[in-house]
Amino acid sequence: MRAATKEAAPAAAPRRWRPRISLGKLFTWAVLVWLFVPIAGMIAFSFNDISGRQNVSWQGFTLKWYGQAFAYPDLNQALINTLVVGVSTMVISGITGSLLGLAMGRYRFRGQQISNLVMFAAISAPEVVIGAALLSLFLTINMTTGLLTVIIAHVMFTVSFVAITVRARVMTMDPRIEEAARDLGADSWTTFRLVTFPMLFPAIMAGGLLSFALSVDDFIITTFVSGELSTFPLWIWGSTRIGIPPQVNVMGTLIFVVGVVLTVINVVLARRRS
Amino acid sequence: MTRLREKAAPYLLALPAWIWLGIFFVVPIIGLLWMSLMTGNIITGFQQTFNVAIYPEVISAYWEQILRSLGYGVSATLLCIAVGYPVAYWIAFHGGAHKTTYLLLVLLPFFVTQVLRTISWKFLLADDGVVLGPLKAVGLLPEDARVLSTTLAVVVGLAYNFLPFMILPIYAVLEQVDHRVVEAAYDLYASRFHAFVHVVLPLSLPGVFAGVLLVFVPSSADYVNASVLGGTNNTMIGNIIQSQYLVNNAYPTAAAITFVLMTILLVGIFSYAKALGTERVMEVQAG
Repeated sequence: MRAATKEAAPAAAPRRWRPRISLGKLFTWAVLVWLFVPIAGMIAFSFNDISGRQNVSWQGFTLKWYGQAFAYPDLNQALINTLVVGVSTMVISGITGSLLGLAMGRYRFRGQQISNLVMFAAISAPEVVIGAALLSLFLTINMTTGLLTVIIAHVMFTVSFVAITVRARVMTMDPRIEEAARDLGADSWTTFRLVTFPMLFPAIMAGGLLSFALSVDDFIITTFVSGELSTFPLWIWGSTRIGIPPQVNVMGTLIFVVGVVLTVINVVLARRRS
Repeated sequence: MTRLREKAAPYLLALPAWIWLGIFFVVPIIGLLWMSLMTGNIITGFQQTFNVAIYPEVISAYWEQILRSLGYGVSATLLCIAVGYPVAYWIAFHGGAHKTTYLLLVLLPFFVTQVLRTISWKFLLADDGVVLGPLKAVGLLPEDARVLSTTLAVVVGLAYNFLPFMILPIYAVLEQVDHRVVEAAYDLYASRFHAFVHVVLPLSLPGVFAGVLLVFVPSSADYVNASVLGGTNNTMIGNIIQSQYLVNNAYPTAAAITFVLMTILLVGIFSYAKALGTERVMEVQAG
């Protein structure tokens, strides 16, 4: 339906000459190539046959790093930490953020403006400020930095994203559906469980996945509050001086492949639906 | 009883997130101010002395890095608009059935963590690396040509890192533009250029505004790109904050610089958002 209106647009001006490959398309593809160049570099160097840890110049093709992907125990631990932090953040942010989003979208109450302001500030505040402020707090109250403080920090900077996503869904939800449930004799808990929650679930999932993505990618805030704990980005940063082993490229490549697979599934599903 | 519950409901729902944001965002931000006024060092400890003189001190010591960071932030933002707007426009209006695919392609590189992508650029662009090495060998570039450790490398690196934050909000608003409005402009004999300037561009400005916020703030406070791609002349204020906190343990100085940076950025953000409406900017951000 939508595509049809779009096709009609050039038809409205039939005399306009259209090149077969438009400049816009060329430009878009050029930008996409730019975006993928460092990824291509990363993937290529995961097959680099080097002997030491300096993975800088091309020495020849090998697959051996994929066989020895988990050769660095501390790198494995960093990856596990990243996942633990990411999943914890996703769950805690997902729940608290959804509740806040529900409150903000459904009710009018005192403190809503302040809440809006704080959420907006938390999203806009630069990472280095958040990291520095949290480290100051942990230093002042003598809290040892580590796994717990990293999770605290990650929930803090992701919770507003979940709240906004869920609020947007709550606001566009048809209130008559819940009224219908109540008219049919459902109490408020049953209405929530069987009607409201399933309708909000996609937004909650989207918010949760966004928190996960932001958490596993985070470097700056984590640097400030991690103490002795290492995460995947922190481990890479820490090993730049002594050389980044090809195992990092292997893991980066595998993560990227997961991304590609998810994208392909998404595209295929979207195709099938339409 | 039910009325009371109905009244308390939003507070009970909001409470966990409020506590979290209160203790771990609002309090620490105020705590920065408190810490910045202390004196002492890591060995003997820090005492509160309300040393307000620290502010003129850090500003006179680091105004150069502050201005440079803001300058880099502005340049990266402009570059993101110049690159991101056409891409968002083309996907929204000419992406056809492949719109989602193109958007996912834009996002796909960001599955790889930022640090790794930036370091990958560093290897690719090294003075004798896979790109510059061969060009120098065949004489297309002079021997001393370099990309790393230049301002350009840092600004382009920043733009590279934050480009999706420009493309997505612009795309989100362009996608909403009613094509009949554009056709109406053509029917009224507007040229493509005029239809764009007078119809599409004004409608897409909220997306550009949101994108500017999302790119300018993180890029002017970033230190990853300056550390990896820049040289000694490209130090940004983020580098200073990072090293004062984590290397020198000069917490009051670091807190004072952070507070100055935050004040500059927050004043900017809020006057910017006030002019446009917070809700609107946030909606586009989330959308």
